Amino acid sequence: MSAEAQSATLVAEQFEDLEQQKSADTFGMWLFLVTEVLFFGGLFCGYCLYRNVYPEAFEAGSHLLKVTYGAFYTVLLICSSLTMALGVRAAQLRLKTSLTVYLILTWIMGAAFVFIKLRYEWYGDYLEGLVPGVHFAPHGENLEIIHHFHALLPHVSLFFLFYFCMTGLHALHMVVGVGLLTTLLIFTQQGKNTQGNYYWVEMVGLYWHFVDIVWIFLFPLLYLIGGRYV
Amino acid sequence: MFEHVHVHPKFFYVKVFLALIFLTALTTAVAYVDLGYFNTVAALVIAVVKASLVVLFFMHLKEQEGMTRVVIVAAVLWLAVFIVITLSDRFTRHWVPSNGPWEGSAITAPQSE
Repeated sequence: MSAEAQSATLVAEQFEDLEQQKSADTFGMWLFLVTEVLFFGGLFCGYCLYRNVYPEAFEAGSHLLKVTYGAFYTVLLICSSLTMALGVRAAQLRLKTSLTVYLILTWIMGAAFVFIKLRYEWYGDYLEGLVPGVHFAPHGENLEIIHHFHALLPHVSLFFLFYFCMTGLHALHMVVGVGLLTTLLIFTQQGKNTQGNYYWVEMVGLYWHFVDIVWIFLFPLLYLIGGRYV
Repeated sequence: MFEHVHVHPKFFYVKVFLALIFLTALTTAVAYVDLGYFNTVAALVIAVVKASLVVLFFMHLKEQEGMTRVVIVAAVLWLAVFIVITLSDRFTRHWVPSNGPWEGSAITAPQSE
């Protein structure tokens, strides 16, 4: 196939050429990510406000979470970001096999994140009575080290409301990301991502890295506040 | 087409990855050292550095055109406006004495010990 003919099948009719299409797609994706920043921004803003109003209660709540989980997720997401970035690189070089391998690796890490979060961490939190609501009654480890715990209890519940909403919204984004990766894998098998239009992979990559960035902030804000030296 | 696309070597991404892993270890380690208020400052500074590494190198911000860069600055700016104005409301309420209806609401209630 000649370069022109190949280009014609890749360019949607509203665009002059592939270059213009790529630039419009990239710009649109970044614009979408800005709306995502503000979407999460509402929760981060509420978190900042209430952490300043009830600092002791937020520290107490954070001490009931397990740092190991938070650190493990961070490393898992950074690894998945690396494989995603290498996937984009493979798409740029039109290497179908490496692209498939990197996408599968990213998929596995994303799915593992969601599975471990729901099956182990959240279920463990539920068993320890950390779910806010009428039955909110923490009884896990670390309770003895927190002073005046019962006086703080209503506001610890507020911390856990933020914890479940923020990690929940993040996990929902991970599920969407895994869905996008599945679509990309199908397209890759059809050869659509390795004929010069690597930017679909790049778009999903942008989304995936954005979700990683959200976790980079969630980890210290939820798991590490108040210090662990007590 | 895309002849001008600059493909980075694999090692470029691996370097960024190693820096991110190092900073994750650092932020976790710092949480176990008593720095007072600076624990929060350190955690946030490290998080901002990590996010910048991801945006600049994994998301190829350095290679984006000007318009896209403006969009990212707008995101940071609006998020700052969002948080700063909300917090400035909360922290300046007691500057003016008031018996208004929101005096007793949860947000201005004295902190329980």
